[in-house]
This record gives sequence, C-alpha cells and structure tokens, in this order.
Amino acid sequence: MNAPRLVVVGASWGGVDALQIVLGALPATFDAAVLVVLHRAQGVRDVLQHVLQRSCSLPVGDVEDKQPILPGRVYLAPAGYHVHVEDAHFGLSVDDPVHHARPSIDVAMSTAAEALGPKVTGVVLTGAGRDGAEGLALIKRLGGCAIVQEPSDAARADLPRAALDAVQPDRVLALEEIATWLAERGGGAEVNGGASPD
Amino acid sequence: MNPAAHELDVEGLELELLLEAMFRRYGADFRGYARSSLRRRIRNMVRDERLGSISALQEKILREPEAMVRLLDHLSVCVTSMFRDPSFFLAFRQKVVPHLFSAPFVRIWCAGAATGEEVYSLAILLSEEGLFERCRLYGTDINAHLIEKARRGVFDAALMGEYEANYRAAGGKGSLSDYFRVAYDGATPRHGLKRNILFAQHNLAIDGSFNEFNVILCRNVMIYFGAELQNRVHELFFQSLRRKGFLCLGRRESLPRALAKTRYETVDAEERIYRRRS
Repeated sequence: MNAPRLVVVGASWGGVDALQIVLGALPATFDAAVLVVLHRAQGVRDVLQHVLQRSCSLPVGDVEDKQPILPGRVYLAPAGYHVHVEDAHFGLSVDDPVHHARPSIDVAMSTAAEALGPKVTGVVLTGAGRDGAEGLALIKRLGGCAIVQEPSDAARADLPRAALDAVQPDRVLALEEIATWLAERGGGAEVNGGASPD
Repeated sequence: MNPAAHELDVEGLELELLLEAMFRRYGADFRGYARSSLRRRIRNMVRDERLGSISALQEKILREPEAMVRLLDHLSVCVTSMFRDPSFFLAFRQKVVPHLFSAPFVRIWCAGAATGEEVYSLAILLSEEGLFERCRLYGTDINAHLIEKARRGVFDAALMGEYEANYRAAGGKGSLSDYFRVAYDGATPRHGLKRNILFAQHNLAIDGSFNEFNVILCRNVMIYFGAELQNRVHELFFQSLRRKGFLCLGRRESLPRALAKTRYETVDAEERIYRRRS
C-alpha cells in the first residue's frame, strides 16, 4: 500500500486562530495529507469545518471511519472520537479519553508514527495541558519530524512547553514560520533523510 | 532500521501471535479487529499485569484462564450513556418511529449494547410514542459481564442529570426521572420498562443471524473492526433486516459504497439512518 506523507497538527486552547494561520498558508498544490486534532466540546453545533475551510485552499472535512488518507486534504478529528492511523487509512475509536481529551493528540500522533514512521511530521501548537508531548516524541523516535510552536508565540504555552520537555524537536518556530516551513517542504517529512536514532 | 522501529516490528508480530493464541485456545476471535486500538488496549493489559511484553501476556493467558477473562474485559468497548448523541434519537423519533406503526409487531436489535443504556433509552422513547407494547428490544454484546450489568440495569445516579439533558435534547416528552427509581446511588428502570427487553450474548465476528428485525442499531461498534470484518457484519445485518427495515450507524460511520447504492436508501445522512430497499 502506498501510504502518503502525513502532517499531524495538534492544538487546544487558542487552536482555532492558530490553525487558520497555518492551514491558510498551505498552497493548493500541497502534496501531503494533514490531520488536525483540536480539543473541542462535543454536542455544540459543529462549525469548525466551515471556519477552517474559509481560510484554507485545500478541502477540509471530518474524518470518517476507514477513510483513505489522500494527499492535499485536511482531515479534522471529529468531536468525541479518537483518530487512529492504520497504514493508508484512518480509523476511529471511542476509547477512554487520554489526558482528558477525546480526540487526543497523543493517540493520533502515536498511531501515525507507528503506521507511517518517517513519513510523519508532527506539529504541536498552542494549548493547555500536555496532550501531544508523548505522541510527538514517538514521531521523532520512529524517524519522523517534530515541530513545536515557539512558546512565547503561543496563546497558551503549556502544550508547546510540555512537548519541548519530552522531545528535542527539529524546529521551534512562530506560527507564520511553521506555515511557511510546511508550505515550502510540502509536508516536511523525512527531514532527517531516514532519521538518526537518539 | 532504527531501534524503535525494530521494536515496533517485533511487537506487531507478538500481537498477531497473541490473537492467534486467543482464537485457538479459547475461540475468541479478534483477528478481524482494527489493529491500532487493539494494540493500545493490549499494551494497557501488559502494563496492568506488570508484564514485560505481549509474548509474556500470551504465555499467561494460555496457562491461566482467569487472565484471559481479564483480557476480554480490557478489550471490551464500553463508552455509552443514555440518549448519547441526542440529535440521533430526535431523528429516530421523527423519521423512523412513524414507519413502525404499520407493523403489528416490531423487533429491534441493538448490536453492541454494552451495559444497556441505548436499549433503555429506546424503550423510553418508544413508550412515549405509544409503540413500546408492540416492540421487542434485543440488546446483544460480545461481553457476558456487560450483558449481565445491562440486565440488572443499575445506573449511576450521579449521571442522571447529564442523561436528563440528553433526554430533553432528544425530544423527551416528560422527565427522565419518571422512568427510574433512585435508591442510594443507583437508578433502576421501573418495572414496565424492562418488560419487552431481552439481553443476550452475541458475537458479531462469528455468530449468525437470530431473527428478522424492523430496526437494527449498531453505533460505534464496527469502528473497531477491520474492513473485511465490517463487510461480514454488513452482510449479517442485511440478512437480518426485514424489507424496508432501518439500519442506524454511528455519526462517523458509513455504509460500504457498494451497499449504499444498491441495498439501502438514505433516510438521514447526518444521523446515519438508512433503510433497506427490498
């Protein structure tokens, strides 16, 4: 199976604004898939897709169970579900929340790393709590690329700080720089050219 | 290969061997399940049992049947609440219930009923619509412990406030507390509500059809299955549904494309309610 490169972006508090900037900078020719995991409340009428679609030139939609991962698309983790990456498609679960979150950034990033290894880039943006730190570390261990938003640039610095405690990332960047970096690299995966174990 | 990737490779093999051992020793067939969630749950078990690897867990379950029972409990999915996804129950009330009045007798199957919350929610909805007397509700689950809990039907009284809000959003016509007796910290359905409900153990992965139904609900159960097993279960549901019967899936589950066109029509795309054509 020909699995595509995948960028997993995690955020919580302040995430909607940050995501508009990052996704807004991706060109229509972007050739990796993007999975967005944003902590969000269940039950409220779901407008996230519409909000993000307005600023993004790639098609944006909620993940469906067993949906194939296609390049040039932005997938949102649906409220109330964990997203699991399995080879070349997404799966969903209603397993217990991780760090009080479902969807959890750790679940998405860990399963992405385990399924796709060096083809994964993890990006941890603004937020409260520490969800995502462990997943980002695993992405790095399995040969992928780790990006963390500069804590001083984040609306809430907890999430990026926790990530920085857990892993030595490839880049620590401000939001606009993350957007440019991803856009230039078309997904940015395999930055290490096969990865060095550390 | 980097050491972490190597370790992951070995673990993947251990997982396949464990699934094979579970099947050959106990007939518990999880081989068709999606691997990612399964792997996380099995890792939790390895950690809880203070074991070093999935291979060590395999040795343990082969020699100690009690450990196998604990493993099955780890693998049981149990996230449920009364009137979970209220908008689904509202759509069910408005778009499915009116079609059920013409049938002299209505059979409803909740597959993957866990501890029974969804079954009791349906029972409440159907009695408010004046249909419950003519209905028989079958709640099934792979896990015998959960089915036993569903039969007892004792729910955490502390959660009733949340359930009450769901119930109202689902178009509830009275008060949810009318349907329960609260004693100490448990809420039990009043006697009448249990009358037309039957709970039984059933394994979607290996068991066959056991009746013909007007409605089948299977929400957030098949997400744990791989594509092949999903197809098997869809075949089972199709054969178990009466003509013009309804199939209800979870919010982010779809029918396989081939079935969606030929076998079913869509009743509510957002709430994933489908109807068998003929």
